[in-house]
Amino acid sequence: MLDMPPPSNAGGAIEHRLDYADGSSRRVFVTHVETPYPQGRLIVSRTDTRGIITQCNQSFVDMSGYERSELIGQPHCLLRHPDMPAAAFRDLWETVQAGRQWHGYVKNLRKDGGHYWVFATVVPNVRDERIVGYTSVRREPSREKVAQAEATYREWIRS
Amino acid sequence: MSFNFTVSPSFPAERISDWYIFNTWLQRSLSIPIHLELHDGFDAQRAAIEAGQVDLIHANPFDASLLVREKGFRAIAQPDGAPDEMVVVTALSHPAQAIGDLQPGTRIACANDPCVNTIGRILLEPANLNADNTLEQQRSTYIQVAKDVLRGQVDVGFMPVGAYRGLSSIVRRELKVLVTSDIQVIHHVFLIGRDLHSRADDFVRILLSMHETEKGQDLLSALGATRWQPIQQEDVEFMIDIISTLTQ
Repeated sequence: MLDMPPPSNAGGAIEHRLDYADGSSRRVFVTHVETPYPQGRLIVSRTDTRGIITQCNQSFVDMSGYERSELIGQPHCLLRHPDMPAAAFRDLWETVQAGRQWHGYVKNLRKDGGHYWVFATVVPNVRDERIVGYTSVRREPSREKVAQAEATYREWIRS
Repeated sequence: MSFNFTVSPSFPAERISDWYIFNTWLQRSLSIPIHLELHDGFDAQRAAIEAGQVDLIHANPFDASLLVREKGFRAIAQPDGAPDEMVVVTALSHPAQAIGDLQPGTRIACANDPCVNTIGRILLEPANLNADNTLEQQRSTYIQVAKDVLRGQVDVGFMPVGAYRGLSSIVRRELKVLVTSDIQVIHHVFLIGRDLHSRADDFVRILLSMHETEKGQDLLSALGATRWQPIQQEDVEFMIDIISTLTQ
């Protein structure tokens, strides 16, 4: 996965290095700008068993800030925000690889370094008793739940 | 042997006669006897499904989940046009201007449509509203839902976009849409049961060519579509995966 180029208005952006479970890493630039979740929408995407994006709806494209062509074929962790603890994603992968549904509050990183919060549900796509991929659907969370998740994740990262 | 056809009971009441005409067209096109049974509500329809009394169905996405995954139904086609979306409405005079203005204790009117109600509940989540801190009143029709909203007997009503648009302009002028869903990816779908799998190709052929005749076009128009579109089993499986994230 390519490093994120410094944003043009990099004044307020903070550089981070994200380390992934597969040993790879990526440089990202993060701002404090939050994009409000668009009312009424669901963000939908699908990945293969390795987490590579194979399909997404327009809401996914709009909120990520990327072009569709920049998303398809990329690992889903392209959207990982440095404020998200690795343990949350470890739990996600362990849950869905075991054939169960995972849900939780997630802070996603946009292409422009900003972020958006979602309540995400991920299900394994089971065909002929075999997991062939994963579908993720995100919906708008309440601000109260976001505040709780922020506090929890800060604590996880600190510990 | 006659096959039983039904339609998920979320369609507008004025389309009842059109579904009977569609059924007649279907029987003649396939030269097989088909009996159309329109159920009063989702409970009656689910009971018919459980009793094995449904062989073909124009199903909403939630019913499609049950029928494909648990009953071995096969997807044949889906109508074109807008996907299944719904609205949360309130009275024009209600103080709420957005979902975020709604408070615990909000009273909801809805019909007995699990598809619309599940999505409606999701649209209330940003206000931290759920089954525990709201009051839900189920009504038989969406006209009754609109009346309850207008009379102030409830704060909000759930209804499909089609039902909202079907209300008279006088009623709609007195309502305010707080949010319209924009899910984009869930649709009604035409399904056939196991006893008809051997005729699947015939169903696909006649439905996908229905728009090629004037009569077919008129009938499609009456049912709110312009043509049937092909659908792959995997498209339905994907839709079912999405539905499963909404219902658990």
